[in-house]
Amino acid sequence: MSLTAAQMAEIESSPFKQDFPLLSQNPDLVFLDSAATAQRPATVLDAERRFYETMNANPLRGLYRLSVEATAAIEDARAHIARFIGAVDEGGKPLSDEIVFTRNASESLNLVAHTLPEVVGLGPGDEVAISIMEHHSNLIPWQQVCRATGASLVYLRPDENFEITHEEAEAKIGSHTKILSITHVSNVLGVENPVAALAARAHDMGALVVVDGAQSVPHLPVDVRELGCDLLAFSAHKLGGPMGIGVLWGKKQLLDAMPPFLTGGEMIDSVTETDAVWAPVPAKFEAGTQDAAGSYATDAALSYLERFGMEDLERRERLLATYLTDALAALPFVHVIGPSDGSRHVGAVAFNVEGIHPHDVASILDMSGICIRAGHHCAQPLLAWLGESSTCRASVAFYNDKADIDRLVEGLNVVWSVFHGRQ
Amino acid sequence: MAVSSATPASLYNPQFMDHVNNPDYNYQLEDPTHVHEGVNPSCGDELTFSIRIGDDGTIEEAAYQGHGCAISQASADMMSDLVTDRTPEEALALCDLFMRMVKGEVTDEAELDQLEDAALLKDIAHMPARVKCAELAWRTLSEMLASDGEA
Repeated sequence: MSLTAAQMAEIESSPFKQDFPLLSQNPDLVFLDSAATAQRPATVLDAERRFYETMNANPLRGLYRLSVEATAAIEDARAHIARFIGAVDEGGKPLSDEIVFTRNASESLNLVAHTLPEVVGLGPGDEVAISIMEHHSNLIPWQQVCRATGASLVYLRPDENFEITHEEAEAKIGSHTKILSITHVSNVLGVENPVAALAARAHDMGALVVVDGAQSVPHLPVDVRELGCDLLAFSAHKLGGPMGIGVLWGKKQLLDAMPPFLTGGEMIDSVTETDAVWAPVPAKFEAGTQDAAGSYATDAALSYLERFGMEDLERRERLLATYLTDALAALPFVHVIGPSDGSRHVGAVAFNVEGIHPHDVASILDMSGICIRAGHHCAQPLLAWLGESSTCRASVAFYNDKADIDRLVEGLNVVWSVFHGRQ
Repeated sequence: MAVSSATPASLYNPQFMDHVNNPDYNYQLEDPTHVHEGVNPSCGDELTFSIRIGDDGTIEEAAYQGHGCAISQASADMMSDLVTDRTPEEALALCDLFMRMVKGEVTDEAELDQLEDAALLKDIAHMPARVKCAELAWRTLSEMLASDGEA
């Protein structure tokens, strides 16, 4: 599909760049690596600083006013995150207790992989289902779990249209499946998996469902009730928040049943010489001093996104991804890896330049101030399955514009001419 | 923020590209005395480097085979040319100089002249992600000579 003139006009420029200090101070920079980490708006940077300037104290512990404010900052952020992903009760009240802070999505997934097997009694003969599209963060923890418990790791694979079909789900998710852990959006192919349908199948088979939302929560309106999952992991830094804040959402009953992951300060009710009583969730999963400033700044990041609305941001990003995919496909020496329909790419578009190693492509683009990712994207089994040892990946966020993509195309023409002389 | 000061012309220049597009040493060596493999798993670069040491104790012929990025391949071609007719000790010293150059520890032009064409890769010092690519051939040769990996 190609964009209409009206759609093209929508992405002609970016009204957002002025809000992002790194982008506004470097107008010649083309940042097309938001799937790795997003840029942060000034409001997020201000929030991080404001925390330390006005409310810095160790949260939860202190009985004095500053500590109470720091605690409130974390709890406000927790409630905001719950609302943002639809973790609310019938009355629309946020289910804050279902939000656990971690360091990143990887830690959230490790928490789950270390504690969920005990809840489901995972053992030999049981299966854990994941997809071939998983980032290593949602793959290696399950390899380790299967090795330790004797369970088998089963891979869901997409068809030639990069879709996980109903038939594949029926074949791979069955009565032996105890856990389905799947990425909502592939960080390489950019495709959105049919998580709601897969979750329904898994629940019919009595399995629990974990979703890696690292690439979806920043780009799509995500509602955990609509997804129908039991646990959702994502990180703040990919949606404009600070690095070092991860989130795990889980249904309260399930979080209650899961044993702690890290133990120590803050996560207990009482301790004797021989035993300890865990604090209620989410504190049970938050051992040690938390990054309160980071939580507070994450709150600010969500407020920034909500100023425009996730539906509108998603729409703009789909236009950008379509323009990007079409522009890449129009270059005779570029091969897009993933759907040819650009509107199916949530942020990321993987590609290769014929006969030129992705690292050379990225280095030459860098010399023109264009940032893309090149390599295996922490998804080596997917690349092996695709028959690629590495790829280039350009990824867009709402703050990009048409000019960024045009600069990428110019840059790729330079790459080709460096290797093959002028066209 | 530091925008890269290099331009495509500074590293990927015609002399460098000639090593990529028209390599002189990319073939299977006959009767090698030493063969060693090097890999960069994260890049997918793979290189098999072979040499034949003659009766006089010098490297009579050097060649490589494999695949990878332009930097790893060009670097292997430059190195093969450089170490031909050298003793293993001289080759090891050149490997050491090259590795220090790409880490930015040696910048003295006169000293780097010893590396001949391979001195073209000195800008790699400003590209930390590519140091492993540039080093692959040299690391492979060093390992081969250090372990005396006879064929």
